[in-house]
Amino acid sequence: MGKPEAISAIPAVDSHALISRLRAVLPSPSLLALPEETKPYECDGLSAFREVPLAVALPEDEAQVAAVLKVCHEMRVPVVARGAGTGLSGGALPNPLGVTLGLSKMKRILHIDPLARTARVQPGVRNLAISEAAAPLGLYYAPDPSSQIACSIGGNIAENSGGVHCLKYGLTVHNILKLRVVTIDGEILELGGEGLDAAGYDLMALMTGSEGLLGVVTEITVKLLPKPQLARVVLAAFDSLEKAGNAVANIIGAGIIPAGLEMMDKLATRAVEQFVHAGYPLDAEAILLCESDGTPEEVAAEIERMEAVMRASGATQIRLSKDEAERLRFWSGRKAAFPAVGRLMPDYYCMDGTIPKRKLAEVLKGIAQLSEEFGLGCPNVFHAGDGNLHPLIMFDANVPGQAEHAAKFGSRILKLCIEAGGTITGEHGVGVEKIGEMCDQFTPDALETFHSVKAAFDTHGLLNPGKAVPTLHRCAEYGQMHVARGKEAFPDLPRF
Amino acid sequence: METHLADFIKDTPEGQEAEAILRRCVHCGFCTATCPTYQLLGDELDGPRGRIYLIKQVLEGSPATESTQLHLDRCLTCRSCETTCPSGVEYGKLVDIGRKVVDDQVGRPAMEGVKRKAMSTVLSSPSLFSPALAAGRAFGGLLPEALRKKIPAAQRADAWPAPTNARRMVVLEGCVQPSLSPNINAATARVLDRIGISLVKAPQAGCCGAVAFHMNYQDDGRDHMRRNIDAWLPLLDGGAETIVMTASGCGSTVKEYGHHLAHDATYAPRAERISKATRDLTEVLAAESDKLVAMLEKAVAGKPRRKLAFHSPCSLQHGQQIRGKAEALLTAAGYDLTPVPDGHLCCGSAGTYSLLQPELSQQLLANKVQALTSGGPEGVATANIGCLTHIQTGMKQPVRHWVEWIDERM
Repeated sequence: MGKPEAISAIPAVDSHALISRLRAVLPSPSLLALPEETKPYECDGLSAFREVPLAVALPEDEAQVAAVLKVCHEMRVPVVARGAGTGLSGGALPNPLGVTLGLSKMKRILHIDPLARTARVQPGVRNLAISEAAAPLGLYYAPDPSSQIACSIGGNIAENSGGVHCLKYGLTVHNILKLRVVTIDGEILELGGEGLDAAGYDLMALMTGSEGLLGVVTEITVKLLPKPQLARVVLAAFDSLEKAGNAVANIIGAGIIPAGLEMMDKLATRAVEQFVHAGYPLDAEAILLCESDGTPEEVAAEIERMEAVMRASGATQIRLSKDEAERLRFWSGRKAAFPAVGRLMPDYYCMDGTIPKRKLAEVLKGIAQLSEEFGLGCPNVFHAGDGNLHPLIMFDANVPGQAEHAAKFGSRILKLCIEAGGTITGEHGVGVEKIGEMCDQFTPDALETFHSVKAAFDTHGLLNPGKAVPTLHRCAEYGQMHVARGKEAFPDLPRF
Repeated sequence: METHLADFIKDTPEGQEAEAILRRCVHCGFCTATCPTYQLLGDELDGPRGRIYLIKQVLEGSPATESTQLHLDRCLTCRSCETTCPSGVEYGKLVDIGRKVVDDQVGRPAMEGVKRKAMSTVLSSPSLFSPALAAGRAFGGLLPEALRKKIPAAQRADAWPAPTNARRMVVLEGCVQPSLSPNINAATARVLDRIGISLVKAPQAGCCGAVAFHMNYQDDGRDHMRRNIDAWLPLLDGGAETIVMTASGCGSTVKEYGHHLAHDATYAPRAERISKATRDLTEVLAAESDKLVAMLEKAVAGKPRRKLAFHSPCSLQHGQQIRGKAEALLTAAGYDLTPVPDGHLCCGSAGTYSLLQPELSQQLLANKVQALTSGGPEGVATANIGCLTHIQTGMKQPVRHWVEWIDERM
């Protein structure tokens, strides 16, 4: 697949000098510099993109983070922050001339305040570990990416991660109160506050989803919610993708806000059933999982309405989770769906486009056509309620050319999303994967503005260079390759 | 994941197996979440995904150094990652292959080699281990503390019923268990006798082979396997139904004899037959649970319920994917099981790991003891001799095989 943004702008550094300076500020198990040790860090959850970093730093506390950043700033060395390395857009793809700053050793839950319903945690804490720690108090942390068992809260901040329950409870940005951030020159900032609003610009919101381009988060105060008294899931089966897609639009159209509303198509259901044995109907073309939570009375009333809409939308079968164990089993299948596709094919490429819900059926049909055109299988598993698609393009990286072929297929899907009035990313971030499509989504003026924001935090462009926001130069190159709708993007820019 | 195995291994059976396993991995990282050493150390290289990568590098032709060897040594082989992995990566099989290649390339310092070989030989042999244990008990004061704490007091085995039932099963005596805790198999024999099954020994059988195999003396391990197969086959031919495993660590290995001897033309079919006839004691008793539960409920009727914590060995819950069976029988026997946080994590025993990686092992033990005692149980029930002796070093309350707790109530 493609390479990240050209990094030739940053001159190579004397790596021996860099490593000896890092060694001076880190304990010895916290610095990896042998090629054999740095190579396993060459990619995150998107293994199609790979680069080996000069060194991997694994600081144990904020002071060490600041020290590493100061060294890199002084020596003008790029820094790529990394959480659990589960990201799907290559946000933690190393820079071959830089340092990968892994926050995985900083995984302490510092304080849980049951009255304020907050938890103060280090960035390496696993998303699910927060909810596990809060469970004895009857509380939980709402955003739940599918990788929540493994992904870190710091990575969630960087990507503004979503999850199954974000339809009702919001994304990461809606569930945090305060951040401590170290800037590239080693300064420590506190953004946000204990209250819901603060004077001045909302820099915490700016930091959230900034994909490691503006600073390195070292401490997070998250909001905790009381666990609903009851939650139940309706599993509805459909004999066509269109009907399932329309059922989603109908649920939302009926004014229902489910706690989660997810779709899986037949290919995905079959792959995952082998692992979770959730009892999914395997002959259905698509299934919807639709959750209601609240008091038992609220849940009963809402479930009745959900079932009525599903039936009216043509559901062939409707099941209701009979207990908590079954509810969790229904969701565990959904959450394990991406990697379970590894049972069908060695590699997959997960897309993240988001479209208006009324266009679901149409876009799904378009994806099915593209799947035939490209000759690559493409199960669909996604946050239907938000219109956030996750087509999983299956390929075999050992077959020459197939990864590139898959990438082209992915790019076409994203174009389809933009044409449907949607966007190229719902929750996985742009990273390196969708950086080209950013040129489709934004005008050169908008991209220039993004660069100005970046420069305000990081004058020398050392934090995660080449990710999230493309240079205009890159867009020009991209325009050469992608002639959309018979028109070159940015025809007025010089070609190189 | 994309793979390009090097010529030296590409066309060998190990190479082909490794490649098939590697290709299943999609690098999602879910496994890191439930890996005991990643949770302690927070370094990709000390989690399954990183170790898979380290192994992949070596198989793709990059020379390994002590660094790769260390990260592979730190793996407990608990296979918790396999339970977590949605794409079905058989990590345990891959790490066996990887360790062999890395050890062949890197070697070990002479003294460490001697120590490992001695450990493998003594632990695998009841005739060497038993006198060593007796000597340890007699001269414990001369031993280093880590080792001294591991020596449990001598245990008496109560009576083993005469084999009078028509139904018969064979028990693996194992290597260290008869010396350390002879009552486990005796209690098994008594419980089975009550439901009409006689448990018989196979005197020619010995260690299951796991100790040697996982310490990378794979040929020695396979020799143990062949010897056991030769000892058990005549008993199966003579009408014994099942080979019963009372140590889940041995069980997970014997169930894989078919895999380990797949390339031995003579033994492959025999090994497959043995693996198919092998059951963990939890499975054997769960299959007879109608009879057994009725007897247990009658035996404990009117008696106060007691509190126990159940420690599920990794070889039971991950290696053999058995969950809930022993727990259900303990509950029927009048025990309330206390909640055990992080029950999926290893206790740090892991065969010879507690002796080879004492620092990590002790951290895992401390965490495990805290989790097991958090619910205030009178003792701990478990299913593997290694976990049993290891956890007992960290707590005062008795740690016993679950069948002993059940036998006591009948």
